[in-house]
Amino acid sequence: MSRYIVGIDLGTTNCAAAYVDLEGAGEPEIRQFLVPQLVAQGEIDERSTLPSFLLLPSADEVAAEAMSLPWARRPGFAVGEFARERGADLPHRLVASAKSWLSYSGVDRRAAVLPWRGAEAEPRDSDGEQVSPVEASSRYLGHLRAAWDHAHRDAALADQEVLLTVPASFDAVARELTVLAAQQAGLPNVVLLEEPQAAFYSWLARSGDGWRKALAPGDAVVVCDVGGGTTDFSTIAVADDGTGNLVIERVAVGDHILVGGDNMDLALAHTIAQRMGGKLGSWQQRALVHACRRAKEQLLGERPPDKAPVTVLGRGSKLIGGTLRSELGREDVQRLLLDGFFPSVAADVRPQKRRTVGLKELGLPYAQDAAITRHLADFLGRHGRRPTAILFNGGVMKGDALRTRIAEVVGGWFGQASLPALAGTDLDLAVAHGAAYYGLVRHGRGIRIRGGVGRSYYIGIEAAMPAIPGFAPPLKAMCVVPFGLEEGNTVDLPGEELGLVVGETAEFRFFASSSRPQDKPGALLDPEQAELVELDPVEATLPAEGDTEGRAVPVTLEAKVTAVGTLELWCVARDARGRWKLEYSVRERS
Amino acid sequence: MWIAFRAFFSLLFLGRLPREAARYLPALPPDVAAGDLPRAATGQSAAQNPRPTDASATISAPPALAKPAAAAEPARQSENAAALRTEGALMLLTLLQREGRLLDFLRESLDGYDDAAIGVAVRDIHRDCRKVLDAHLKVEPVMPGQEDEAVSVPKGFDPSEVRVIGNTQGEPPWKGVLLHHGWRVVDAKLPTLAGDVDRHVIAPAEVKLT
Repeated sequence: MSRYIVGIDLGTTNCAAAYVDLEGAGEPEIRQFLVPQLVAQGEIDERSTLPSFLLLPSADEVAAEAMSLPWARRPGFAVGEFARERGADLPHRLVASAKSWLSYSGVDRRAAVLPWRGAEAEPRDSDGEQVSPVEASSRYLGHLRAAWDHAHRDAALADQEVLLTVPASFDAVARELTVLAAQQAGLPNVVLLEEPQAAFYSWLARSGDGWRKALAPGDAVVVCDVGGGTTDFSTIAVADDGTGNLVIERVAVGDHILVGGDNMDLALAHTIAQRMGGKLGSWQQRALVHACRRAKEQLLGERPPDKAPVTVLGRGSKLIGGTLRSELGREDVQRLLLDGFFPSVAADVRPQKRRTVGLKELGLPYAQDAAITRHLADFLGRHGRRPTAILFNGGVMKGDALRTRIAEVVGGWFGQASLPALAGTDLDLAVAHGAAYYGLVRHGRGIRIRGGVGRSYYIGIEAAMPAIPGFAPPLKAMCVVPFGLEEGNTVDLPGEELGLVVGETAEFRFFASSSRPQDKPGALLDPEQAELVELDPVEATLPAEGDTEGRAVPVTLEAKVTAVGTLELWCVARDARGRWKLEYSVRERS
Repeated sequence: MWIAFRAFFSLLFLGRLPREAARYLPALPPDVAAGDLPRAATGQSAAQNPRPTDASATISAPPALAKPAAAAEPARQSENAAALRTEGALMLLTLLQREGRLLDFLRESLDGYDDAAIGVAVRDIHRDCRKVLDAHLKVEPVMPGQEDEAVSVPKGFDPSEVRVIGNTQGEPPWKGVLLHHGWRVVDAKLPTLAGDVDRHVIAPAEVKLT
């Protein structure tokens, strides 16, 4: 029996952890774990978050000794605040947004490809260590584990109950890789939880029994989670179970959208840099982004001033002489942020497929449309559930004007002036806090959000028909996992039989959809017509045993959602002579 | 605890130990000297002093006679104290420079800049240095009450806390006017030092490669 429940938010730009001491006196209390980390050369301090940045410098760029931690001398890399700050000068040594890479099937996520070296990389940047997206994520988790163990000598994190959050938009493969990263970090027993659900749990925890007054059967809360680099939507509905008890169910999840608060700060900084005219050094660029973030918070806050000053001190040691000054007006924020990222649009608009605003980094599929309200219209339009309230999450949402804009736009779609917002959560730390609360819920202390898998999954099956030269046989997609299949449940598909050849690797195309809750296991559809999203293929190799090599074994499929929250697919021989797991093949696809 | 904080700041700013702390000095744990990642080498080692701190050692109590330090280690003691003093001071200066550019500002000549140009820079420096202060040192007035209002100086007050100005004939309590409420650090939390790094480098030189 573990002493602590620990919720970990493995964020795209920041990680956080919260915990509950089950042996503490009185009601269990959720506390923030302050993360000791390298904040400057040879300097360790505690921060409420661990910036998700990994710096892999050469010995000339950062002295090995200067990256030492209280628990590790000369680790050879740095994560956290120092990695982020120093890494801004050394972009070719800096791994950022590892989590977005983890969910991007365009690269082999187990291959060492980060820091990403695209076609634009200079030759001198082509040396130095690279790591895989899985490895980078595992370094952040490994840091949290080591920091925790350092502070809790007699309660190692590996022995505690650890809840790890993932975006609701993470598909089965990205979830599997997240669990793998945790294992590599020395955390073999984590349980996954979707981030918007965690934010909702945090709201439940903070409102106590008050939530029963705030929500009634028939209500649906749309969770709008805008992080530093990603945006994630979910809808959570309240219903009556027929006996007067309220049940909470996550009824829809959105797709992975790579646009977030960092894009907004960069958009502002870009505008101001042009206004300042001068050439800004890298230090000043960074200072400018910070200054713009501060000005943004002022201008989006309650009772905003007309203008907020933006100053960047001189680059060299002569700071007064070199100080650059400009200002950001309310109309700038209106134009760049509200109209650029949160335009007032009609309910039936859909995201544009062409790149408009935003930052371009080679490799990652950044959202082509930075307008978050258009993505939200798309999300709400696809699952058709009318929201009655909204829960905001993510540091960006601290801006009152942004929250007001979204609530008004969504309210307008349903004939309301504004959609009511659920308040009371800490926008930066709610996910870790809610994850820790979910741990308590698993101990029977609180109400559980029902949900299961947030997508339906399909296996590609070639239709049996006469071969026509020059044409690939048409492909059908068979539903193997229905939307909402709950943890610990298994689906058998006895009807469809497949032939696996012993001694060979069988590969199946694999698809998912976040908008087809109606599909039942075994349903056959056309993947293009149904607008399924293709994931990495799954494959199984049947070991050759004696004389059976080359023989085709008839198998049926079985799908299981594990208690951890990952998805497993199995091939089961008809005569019960064996079962083989289908593995996700995350090799790069051409 | 209080003695530990006070010891550190006396060391840092005054270069001497307050009287109350003197008697605890011999018990500085040996690992401080060994450099086993002391928390900012601030003399918080004194706070970890396993020796029980009895209630009579609080600030308002009249100082007990300082017992002479254990004769065996006086030399090492003062070496430790000097090293701690230096490291703590360097750490604080590093923080103020890194976050608030304080050293750049103090070392720059103000001649030739008009007040407006200085004002623009100072707003940022003030905000950022204040942030360092708020993050690492909790500062409170020594004496509650509004400045320029009547206060009473009680019997048994500590002259190192309250500086009385004027006629001090007779016994306290005395009546007076509060001119300055004083400042006292009630909590200090400096970063931990790790790795064998030259702490005398407050800010590294920066070179953009061409």
